[in-house]
Amino acid sequence: METIQNSENIKPPANRWLRRVKKLKSNKAGLVGVIIIAALIFVAISADFISPYSFKEQDFSIMNSPPSTAHFMGTDEFGRDVFSRILHGSRISVYVGVVSVGLSVFIGVILGSLAGYYGGWLDQGLSIVTDLTWSLPEILVALLLVAVVGAGIECVIIAIAVTYWAQYARLIRGQILMLKNEIYVEATRSLGATDFTILFKHLFPNAIAPVIVAATIGIGQAIVLEATLGFLGMGAQPPMPSWGAMMSNGTAYLFISPWVIVFPGLAMMVTVLGFNLFGDALVDIMDIREDTLK
Amino acid sequence: MWQFVLRRSLLMIPIFVAVSIIIFSLIHIVPGNPIDNLMGPGMTKAHEQKLVEKYNLDKPVPVQYFLWFKNMLHGDLGRSIIEKRPVTELLIHHLPYSLSLGLTAIALSFGIGVSMGIISAAAKNTVLDHLAMLVALFGVTIPAFWLGLILILVFAVWLTWFPISGSGTLMSLILPAITVGLGGAGLIARVTRVAMLEVASKDFIVMLHAKGLGKKAILLKHILRNALIPVITILGLRIGWVLGGTVTVEIVFGRPGLGQLLVTALFRRDYPVIQGAMLILAMSIMMGTFLADILYAFADPRVRDQHQ
Amino acid sequence: MTLLTVENLKVAFKTRDGEVEPLSGISFDIDAGEILGLVGETGSGKSVTAQAIMGLLPFLDGRVSGGRLLFNDQDLLAISEKQYQQLRGNQISLISQNPMTSLDPVYRVGDQIVEGLKLHLAITSDAARKRAVDVMTSLGIPNAEKVFHQYPHQLSGGLKQRIVIAMGLCADPKLLIADEPTTALDVTVQAQIIELFKQTTQKHNIGLIMITHDLGIIAQLCDKVVVMYAGNVVETGPVASVFTEPQHPYTQALLDCIPKLGMADRSLHAIPGNVPSVSTFPDGCRYHPRCPKATPYCMKNTPETLQTKNNTKVKCHQFSPQWRTAS
Repeated sequence: METIQNSENIKPPANRWLRRVKKLKSNKAGLVGVIIIAALIFVAISADFISPYSFKEQDFSIMNSPPSTAHFMGTDEFGRDVFSRILHGSRISVYVGVVSVGLSVFIGVILGSLAGYYGGWLDQGLSIVTDLTWSLPEILVALLLVAVVGAGIECVIIAIAVTYWAQYARLIRGQILMLKNEIYVEATRSLGATDFTILFKHLFPNAIAPVIVAATIGIGQAIVLEATLGFLGMGAQPPMPSWGAMMSNGTAYLFISPWVIVFPGLAMMVTVLGFNLFGDALVDIMDIREDTLK
Repeated sequence: MWQFVLRRSLLMIPIFVAVSIIIFSLIHIVPGNPIDNLMGPGMTKAHEQKLVEKYNLDKPVPVQYFLWFKNMLHGDLGRSIIEKRPVTELLIHHLPYSLSLGLTAIALSFGIGVSMGIISAAAKNTVLDHLAMLVALFGVTIPAFWLGLILILVFAVWLTWFPISGSGTLMSLILPAITVGLGGAGLIARVTRVAMLEVASKDFIVMLHAKGLGKKAILLKHILRNALIPVITILGLRIGWVLGGTVTVEIVFGRPGLGQLLVTALFRRDYPVIQGAMLILAMSIMMGTFLADILYAFADPRVRDQHQ
Repeated sequence: MTLLTVENLKVAFKTRDGEVEPLSGISFDIDAGEILGLVGETGSGKSVTAQAIMGLLPFLDGRVSGGRLLFNDQDLLAISEKQYQQLRGNQISLISQNPMTSLDPVYRVGDQIVEGLKLHLAITSDAARKRAVDVMTSLGIPNAEKVFHQYPHQLSGGLKQRIVIAMGLCADPKLLIADEPTTALDVTVQAQIIELFKQTTQKHNIGLIMITHDLGIIAQLCDKVVVMYAGNVVETGPVASVFTEPQHPYTQALLDCIPKLGMADRSLHAIPGNVPSVSTFPDGCRYHPRCPKATPYCMKNTPETLQTKNNTKVKCHQFSPQWRTAS
């Protein structure tokens, strides 16, 4: 049945960005997400200035002490201030999160676009690799990659990037497939545009929206994966205060000083929540239909 | 329908072979020589040569693969370099712990997730909806190992309702199952809600009203049935993860499952165990995907005619 | 005996930009055993009328904003949803417009027909199945038993449309609303179905509202015709007289558009302009921008519906004394 709602006119593109900003302002959850992300970036940049203590200064006289006015998140088994370590840990999380997803998106988008546009064996090959990575639990894939590549923060970034690139490739491939058959592409080609121009100047800007949304949520995913690998002992090495390693070390002291585990976890949860809220808001803002994200 | 099942099962054989090749090759790309792990002080070149022969490491790689595959078909997956026990024995010992945890967790995920999703969709945009979706969001964002630790802290240390770790009893299964289950529940709740709202806006739903059906009948018999299709695909995927996706939780709760076995073997470069464990994991994932495809065809009649 | 009375019905819908009013006071009635044709272009409000009568507006973000709707003297606007459910698919049936999307993809088509039967009639599964197959056969579906067990995606558009018609006919309604029921069918099948509608209506004394844009079907089948334009009824009357002596300029233009034999020396006629969308209905007489007889008076004043010759009602200023004095 044709309904009144689906016979309305399409809005002109001129007001698109203004409308998007307006929509963000009215999306409270999204605003919370933006605030969290902004706070995270601020903390990561200024950790040195705003930390009350050094993150590696040890003081065994106050080891494992509970939250107090002096150390508002308590101290760990080396007497280090938990709060300062969390603030510094945010750097690693932000660094790993952004770089690994950036790398992932870069590889994924290029390969996915080519596969979607040219099809053929490139596309088939991509499908096989995508199916493989997508059907495995990400922790396993990352573990295997770390086993091959090694431990340490750079290796973790590579491992995470390789774990996730396929999902971005698949996303943009789907978008390109959908768009390349539209009439305006035919028209542009008949006016003499090259494949390169069509791909990057016309298809890209329209296809990239779901990828941006997925990448935003992906940063949260990457941060959790980094923490999990850190928890398993494969991430950043001491004394660097990665949140995952903090929780790993703290497991032995679960009964004595649970705050060493609770606070880094809370910090991580809030961070991931921020990215997820913002990502969800982006779906709304950029007018993306939910089923193109699958 | 049965033709579909048959076709799909036969497809698994070549996939299995391909996967075994990949697993085998991966291990041999990894840097580090397993023999170095076994060499103690005072061992001579002669000892090393014997070890090399014993583990067939002197033969060309393809031959090593064939020997391994052949033995595998007889149920012999070699011996653990570190534990000095047959790999098969180790796998059989660790398997039940992963299986029990994985299956319980899936049941929880699905049960809680779908219920939350239905309630959310039916009570769209009310406080209940927002609350349920917030809980679901937490389920998706919380890292499993941290949730496990917190649950241990609250329910095992402070409240002493459950044992802190260990395995073999029902009580020791509950906390780990909730830990794994909550994450899955969150995802399934969100997907169910979206799917139900999307189906609810389709034309045939208005037609059902026109036939005189009541809202409840429409919701449960038609909307849910259609909305479950994407949910079932996720379920199928998760079945494949039954054995492998619980790695960190096993470690946190001290359950001697396959995940724990694999991670330890990775650290110690115990190749036969790594290969064996990965093979089992790959097989379970393949079974899971297979089951997922079958479930999907079962749920959506349109798919059954597609694979001609 | 009047089966359905629609009196000054107004309908409003909620959209992203506020409320719109696709129906601004339409009136007509239909008796048992009568076939009424509801004709108009896309956007005239024909489907909305069907939705309103069926009480489906709340499920489409719409509502009745004025007027009366009486079925067998029962006030449809005053009954509860539960009471409406007992009427729908039972006493009042709808055959919807789009067969491609009207069927649930995960259930077999036969089961979907039976679902309606078992809901309203005290009938066993076997009897229901047999009845469904009988109706399917009478609609010209070959191998009805086999088709019964198939899924919607396995059937062609024409078959699906006939299934939807079967769903409507099956439960023996008193009032049947058919919204473009033959668009997906080829001409021979269409003729069959039209004949079947005629027979069924006569045999069971059903009132049939046939919604279509095809004037040929109206001419063949209907007793009475209601012409709609932009949310208004512009002309109502017996088919024979309206078609031979159309009085509203829109009706005249519609009939003029049909190519006739002996026209070889003339070019095809089209109505200038476009059907206005629901958010841009013109002021005054909604047809005035396209009407060859429009005057400044028509631009500012909404016409009344007046009884004219041939037992017809027309909504046009030409027939009102004020217009004649104003021009």
